[in-house]
Amino acid sequence: MLGIEDPWVGLAYLLCIISALLCLVWGVFKWNTDDPQQE
Amino acid sequence: MSIWMIIIVVAYLCAIGYLGFRGFKSTKNATDYLLGGREAHPYVMAMSYGATFISTSAIIGFGGASAIFGMSLLWLPFLNIFLGIFIAFWLFGSRTRRMGLRLDAHTFPELLGRRFQSRFIQGAAGLIIFLFVPMYASAVLTGAAKYLAYQFGMEYNTALFVFSVIIALYVVMGGIKGVMYTDALQATIMLIGLSFLLVMTYQKLGGVTTAHQALTDMAELVPAKLQAAGHQGWTRMPKFGTPLWWTAVSTIIMGVGIGVLAQPQLAVRYMTVKSGKELNRAIPIGGVFILLTAGVAYIVGSLSNVFFQQTVGKISIAVAGGDVEQIIPMYLQAATPSWFSVLFMLTLMSAAMSTLSSQFHVMGTSIGRDLVEESIGKGKRVGGTLATRIGVMAGILASVYLSFVIEEKFGKTGTSIVARGTAIFFGLCACAFLPMYVAGLWNRRVTKAGAISGLLGGACSSLLWMIFVQEKASTALLLCNRFFGTRSLAIQLVDGKEIFVHSGPIIWAFVDPILIGLPISILATVLVSKFTEKLPEEHLDLCMGKSQPRTQQH
Repeated sequence: MLGIEDPWVGLAYLLCIISALLCLVWGVFKWNTDDPQQE
Repeated sequence: MSIWMIIIVVAYLCAIGYLGFRGFKSTKNATDYLLGGREAHPYVMAMSYGATFISTSAIIGFGGASAIFGMSLLWLPFLNIFLGIFIAFWLFGSRTRRMGLRLDAHTFPELLGRRFQSRFIQGAAGLIIFLFVPMYASAVLTGAAKYLAYQFGMEYNTALFVFSVIIALYVVMGGIKGVMYTDALQATIMLIGLSFLLVMTYQKLGGVTTAHQALTDMAELVPAKLQAAGHQGWTRMPKFGTPLWWTAVSTIIMGVGIGVLAQPQLAVRYMTVKSGKELNRAIPIGGVFILLTAGVAYIVGSLSNVFFQQTVGKISIAVAGGDVEQIIPMYLQAATPSWFSVLFMLTLMSAAMSTLSSQFHVMGTSIGRDLVEESIGKGKRVGGTLATRIGVMAGILASVYLSFVIEEKFGKTGTSIVARGTAIFFGLCACAFLPMYVAGLWNRRVTKAGAISGLLGGACSSLLWMIFVQEKASTALLLCNRFFGTRSLAIQLVDGKEIFVHSGPIIWAFVDPILIGLPISILATVLVSKFTEKLPEEHLDLCMGKSQPRTQQH
């Protein structure tokens, strides 16, 4: 996968990108969401 | 050094000075000094969190380590993004912010102390931070001073003094606002510098897949000594149960990956924003920042092997003469254009300054606020933020003294002690604070005695493991050798040859303290809580948000 021999290492490479994308998507969808529990 | 480099460095220092001054001008009271008035912008908060987390040792040290371990270390940036940003901001962040507001807590130890109604917890946590952050700060400070001395042709001691004074000025005067404003600028520089480095590296090596394939094809070039320790190639995990596997998985990946959740200088950032909305907005900024800093350092470190193999026919560690810390600087010198070295110099200065400023600030708050005012002084205030400012100065002096003495008196032995500073502090924080912190946020059944037992059990067991068992730390700390005549109790001498004690796949000398101290801390917290008196219901209601918060009293 992507020239990486060990699937576990390839998975780590992909998970780095996927988790950063998850953060981005979360930011887009939750941009104006405040704490459900409300100073 | 070129005139351009001087102009850029002066402009950078002017920008830092301006931001520090802005922090100073807008700091009016203790809440401003300790928490930025609880109204930090999400970009400033996220970048400050990331820049505090990613120091020069993450770029130079861990980047160099990945040239040895290879891309298997990418599990760490994944944990940093998923646990250290996403889970931390989403789950820990919002609860910490709300509880901090309800209990009027201004520091991480104060939050823990007030949650469990214990000045002892606040004082002990403050003391642990004040005693061990200087070691972590010295690791960063020594590296930065050496780099500056080399770049500007200065004496090491002069570089150490100048660098410390610059940071001291904006931390003492500007408080957390000065720290966070400058962090945001420094993080932006780091983001630009490391993004350029990633693009240049992949471009130079023929693209993503081509570069990775070239690294995969180098597996037979792994030195015999590393192969014997479990190395199977730079795009493969080390062999399960080997010393290399235990070091990569238990110390680098788990030790730092889990340890990040209970770092006091990071946890306090959640309390600097005004609402949960800001935390949600900080998640994408933090996630991308960690990917493009820590992730890039590890990828480039691994791929430096391909570059050196193609250009000089050697792997990175051979080119660097066995010095891991020299790999990234040598790669930059050989593989990047000269204009980039100026940008990268600013990147490394930013990485060091942003981490150090937060370390100095957390040292000051732990000794001034947590230990002197709250724990010993029973809540008596000493002239607004005076005690904290004096604490910051004491912390800076302790770190500078440690960096000076270690270089002057212990030479290479001292450097190896300091190099363990980051790992020791991360492990200690996880073992001492994490069970209590998680219980404080989510569990009503954990008692004051349970929390204290977990704190003491975790701190003592992880420290004892570092001093007497974990080979890397016990060798550096020298105490095991002094008491028992061996560098680790998990090493036996058979016919003059060192044999590592193991149980099945577990090689005890390579097991990280977090795998020992954290279970002990959790067990102590749970067991003692079962047999001791629960905290009052009305206090738990207040902590968990079911009754009115206490009045402001800072």
